[in-house]
Amino acid sequence: MKALKYGIPLVLFAALVAFFAVGLTRDPREVPSPFIGKPAPQFKLTELGAPDRTFGPEDMRGKVWLLNVWASWCVSCRVEHPILVDMSKKELVPIVGLDYKDKRADGLQWLAKHGDPYRLSAYDDEGKVGIDFGVYGVPETFVIDKQGVIRYKQIGPITKEALDKTILPLVRKLNG
Amino acid sequence: MRALVAALLLALCGPAFGQADEVAHPDPKVEARLKDLGEELRCLVCQNQTIADSAAPLALDLRNQIRTQIAQGRTDDEIRAYMVDRYGDFVLYKPPFKAATALLWVGPFALLALGIGVLVAVLRRRKAAPEAAAPDAGARRAEVAALLEPDRAPQGKDR
Repeated sequence: MKALKYGIPLVLFAALVAFFAVGLTRDPREVPSPFIGKPAPQFKLTELGAPDRTFGPEDMRGKVWLLNVWASWCVSCRVEHPILVDMSKKELVPIVGLDYKDKRADGLQWLAKHGDPYRLSAYDDEGKVGIDFGVYGVPETFVIDKQGVIRYKQIGPITKEALDKTILPLVRKLNG
Repeated sequence: MRALVAALLLALCGPAFGQADEVAHPDPKVEARLKDLGEELRCLVCQNQTIADSAAPLALDLRNQIRTQIAQGRTDDEIRAYMVDRYGDFVLYKPPFKAATALLWVGPFALLALGIGVLVAVLRRRKAAPEAAAPDAGARRAEVAALLEPDRAPQGKDR
């Protein structure tokens, strides 16, 4: 009887602690994306550097590639930028940029200053494509497979850890 | 404190930076529906605000998107589905009932039921148990008196 009287609150308390412990390790900013496993939304945008040319995800069909959402006004993009530049030097995976809600001149200037790791950048002036991709915190990076299906989404800057532990292994697996 | 206020104010102006002015739709019915819808949708940028309340640029874009869709004659459900397709159930302040959210919806009621259950059990047991044998009132009084005035204790014991 006594065991029950003291045992039950103890068990309840332990359960609460367990919930909190797990909850604290989670980042509330990382909302699970409903896009994982779904085809990347289609779009047609002009290229940042060449307004007369357009780009759409179908242009990358047959390749595993990254779509990296960035902007010249985005401060945390500068955090991940050296990693992207390094990736493009090593030619690990083709990276396409999506210049989100930016001015063309600002975007180009930013790339000139910080380096351009992108095969090309699509220019999303109004942010409509960003909305279609469910972008809410630039930078965001999507890993898209050969069939054009989104396999992973990195919210916020790509960290070295995320790159080595998640993104590159996934790219290797998809390239299989 | 002042630094904190300044930091908060700065944090608030961030999203407003370079933002285009918002143009309300000329039809008040559209605005009314936008307000109702916007109040049940979460702004993903500032998470604890609704799309109707938030000053974040994304919320503005989404309000404009909803305006356009209302004007195109889309139903509220269609617009909600549009948002959920892009941002997941998290965007809804009233998430749908399904396996992943069952605990969220049922949890509080289950806890309430558990609490009532425990309360009833405890009360029943208390009723069923014989009155705790209260020590004889006279004896207790003697005991108290002994403690208070050891000299005059009725059956004072020597220590």
